Amino acid sequence: MTAELGHFALIIALVLAGLLSVVPLWGSWSRHMAAMRLAPSLAFGVTLFLSISFACLAHAFLTDDFSVKVVASNSNSLLPAMYKFSALWGNHEGSLLLWVLILSFWMSAVALFSSGLPTPVLARVLAIMGAVAVGFLSFSLFTSNPFERLLPATPADGQDLNPLLQDPGLIIHPPLLYMGYVGFSVAFAFAVAALLGGRLDAAWARWSRPWTNAAWGFLSLGIMLGSWWAYYELGWGGWWFWDPVENASFMPWLAGTALVHSLAVTEKRGLFKSWTVLLALAAFSLSLLGTFLVRSGVLTSVHAFAADPERGLFILVFLVIVIGGSLTLYALRVPAVKSVVSFSLVSRETLLLVNNVVFLVATLTVLFGTLFPLLMDALGQGKYSVGAPYFNAVFLPLMSSLVPFMGLGPISRWRDDSVHRWRSRVALPALLVVACALLLPWLSGQTFNLWVSLAVLCSLWVVFGMVDDLRSRKRPGVTWRLLLRRQPASYWGMVLAHSGFAAVVISVVATTQYSVERDLRMAPGMSETLAGYEFVFDRVERERGPNYLADVAYFRVFAASEAVDSRTVDADPIAALKAEKRRYFASGSLMTEAAIAATAFRDLYVAMGEPVGDDGAWAIRLHYKPMVRWMWLGAVAMGLGAFLTVADRRYRTVRSRQVATAAGYHGSPA
Amino acid sequence: MHPVRRQRLGVVVSIVVFSTIAVGLVAYALRGNINLFYPPAEVAAGKAPVDTQIRVGGMVVEGSVDRSDDSLEVSFLVTDFTANVGIVYDGILPDLFAEGEGVVASGQLSRSAGGGYVLMASEILAKHDENYMPPEVAEALNKDPTAALNP
Repeated sequence: MTAELGHFALIIALVLAGLLSVVPLWGSWSRHMAAMRLAPSLAFGVTLFLSISFACLAHAFLTDDFSVKVVASNSNSLLPAMYKFSALWGNHEGSLLLWVLILSFWMSAVALFSSGLPTPVLARVLAIMGAVAVGFLSFSLFTSNPFERLLPATPADGQDLNPLLQDPGLIIHPPLLYMGYVGFSVAFAFAVAALLGGRLDAAWARWSRPWTNAAWGFLSLGIMLGSWWAYYELGWGGWWFWDPVENASFMPWLAGTALVHSLAVTEKRGLFKSWTVLLALAAFSLSLLGTFLVRSGVLTSVHAFAADPERGLFILVFLVIVIGGSLTLYALRVPAVKSVVSFSLVSRETLLLVNNVVFLVATLTVLFGTLFPLLMDALGQGKYSVGAPYFNAVFLPLMSSLVPFMGLGPISRWRDDSVHRWRSRVALPALLVVACALLLPWLSGQTFNLWVSLAVLCSLWVVFGMVDDLRSRKRPGVTWRLLLRRQPASYWGMVLAHSGFAAVVISVVATTQYSVERDLRMAPGMSETLAGYEFVFDRVERERGPNYLADVAYFRVFAASEAVDSRTVDADPIAALKAEKRRYFASGSLMTEAAIAATAFRDLYVAMGEPVGDDGAWAIRLHYKPMVRWMWLGAVAMGLGAFLTVADRRYRTVRSRQVATAAGYHGSPA
Repeated sequence: MHPVRRQRLGVVVSIVVFSTIAVGLVAYALRGNINLFYPPAEVAAGKAPVDTQIRVGGMVVEGSVDRSDDSLEVSFLVTDFTANVGIVYDGILPDLFAEGEGVVASGQLSRSAGGGYVLMASEILAKHDENYMPPEVAEALNKDPTAALNP
């Protein structure tokens, strides 16, 4: 019964979304106030009925209602309750429902927090989002209904959730990622609304900026969680695979990064308007493209749930309508919104422009690499695969070309600056940075490595740029404490996000360069030395989990010098590790659970392969991974930094007034 | 120069510079880093290049998996039901690797002593879950994924 209720609620949500996409838009043209004012209520209505629908599906999962098809094929009565719940989005139909639910949350949030927005603008923004919701709701209802029943042949038990997805990280990874993906629909709706209304000014940038930053923050966290999950769950210690679906989430992130920065210029200086709008359209279009790539099964990937040509076609058509429609609108309307303000070549605007160009070019190279196999296949040139070497060779040099500008960005001035001033400002930081780059890798006790040294150089350059900037803000008579408190939230957000980026740069390079990895055959009682650590393989035991049976390998790790007498004297091990090989009952599939001993500066990683030979030996994978944590911590810092900018006071106080001065300059930084 | 023109010049120059870098990198990276998929039949017929990075995929032949006792070396046959190709791999196989299941191996082809071809694999990809078959493998197996799952 609940399933039918959910289905019915989904249909009502579609009807409401249909009304939302038409009535307020019509109202904004015919200046019909009541029609425009209807938009927020309709948005809340869509959210309400989608929540009901979602709750019904969750109920079916939690109560093991195997007469519902998605429950039967993705859950099992032995599954722990939290995985029953997350199994809801561990499949195509359910994840799509989550997608629209989150879209409706963003819609309601816009309706709630944008009371200062002029009524026609709000009406248009919500109507555009409503139209996107119509697209996805009809996709859900007509091609992938989550409430489809298996009657009368109801199975006795479900087929279980894919064991790879039975993990706490995977409970929150999809919702966060979708928050980011779908969040760009707000920036998109603001851009389209501005094109429709023909008004594109600093006020517009100020309205859409916090939403864009928030979406970008969620996307950063979502991608980071995915990477972290892959690291500990896939059992071979990699953290980024350039898998097509990873790229699908990475491209909107790259375009979104460019957007976040160009919005800063548009808000502060009224420049780059048409460019910003184009980026807003691009970021959301790439989100949709990502959804298409994932959901249509055209690409080989861990994330491809099912290959159904009908579904693929539907999203493709939807994609063409959204991208084609918005670009046409852009072409028609954008000549009217050209900016006339000028800036000199040596200025913060130029530096942010460089940021934009680099991120856009990076997006395009990733897009090219991702679509190349599809293109060649469509042309009948054979089945190619483009792997990590291509992306590394293209992407890393591009990103590193960004760093010199990134250090200069915060210390530079808007509008007009002088090379002379830059030179005098950066001389000291540059010297310090070079000194640190030479010393730090050496002090860390590792052999000198040019790449690590360069990475340290790059990250410290970014950090010192910010420190120097803060120092220059200090006026005589202002204490440090007051200075720090006086900086607005958006400033700290920038500092946090840029520091996070610096941490990611160091981590990626240090991990890649200094990691030691060994696959070998080990029997219980044997030990192996790796990067100064002695891994002692104690025993294997068989243990039972809620829905699986596991072979558990017990390891102890000692510092290599003590290891010789450790087994007799029983010295304290640095770490005790417990790696698992699980066989899940329902599907019979095998899963590796890696064991990781982590500190701030290194991870020790053990994963089991398969049993080898007759003496109880196993194929064992040992890793030593320095600095790997910094990558995820850095990504978290980036995400939190973005959220911090949203908390900036000027978005709350200014929103009620309608500031429309294009070149309005406020003392705070971007 | 007029400031607006100077500004445009700056924009154009930076876009040209970075796209040139990007195109150069893409061209460089594409030379050696993409690899083509061959079904076993084409490999057996000698249509696949030797000593070049390629991918070969198909079903793992039942009973063909042979593990060494004192190292991680493993060898097995993959088939598309037209021909078989031997694969040799030194390392840990993915969890979902199993006899009678689909697999894609990437590596370099070399001639074996018997005159046939052996793929020295550097990477083995198995299917991701029990319902999933790599599209290349499905196509190599007579374009019918369901038949391939239950041969």
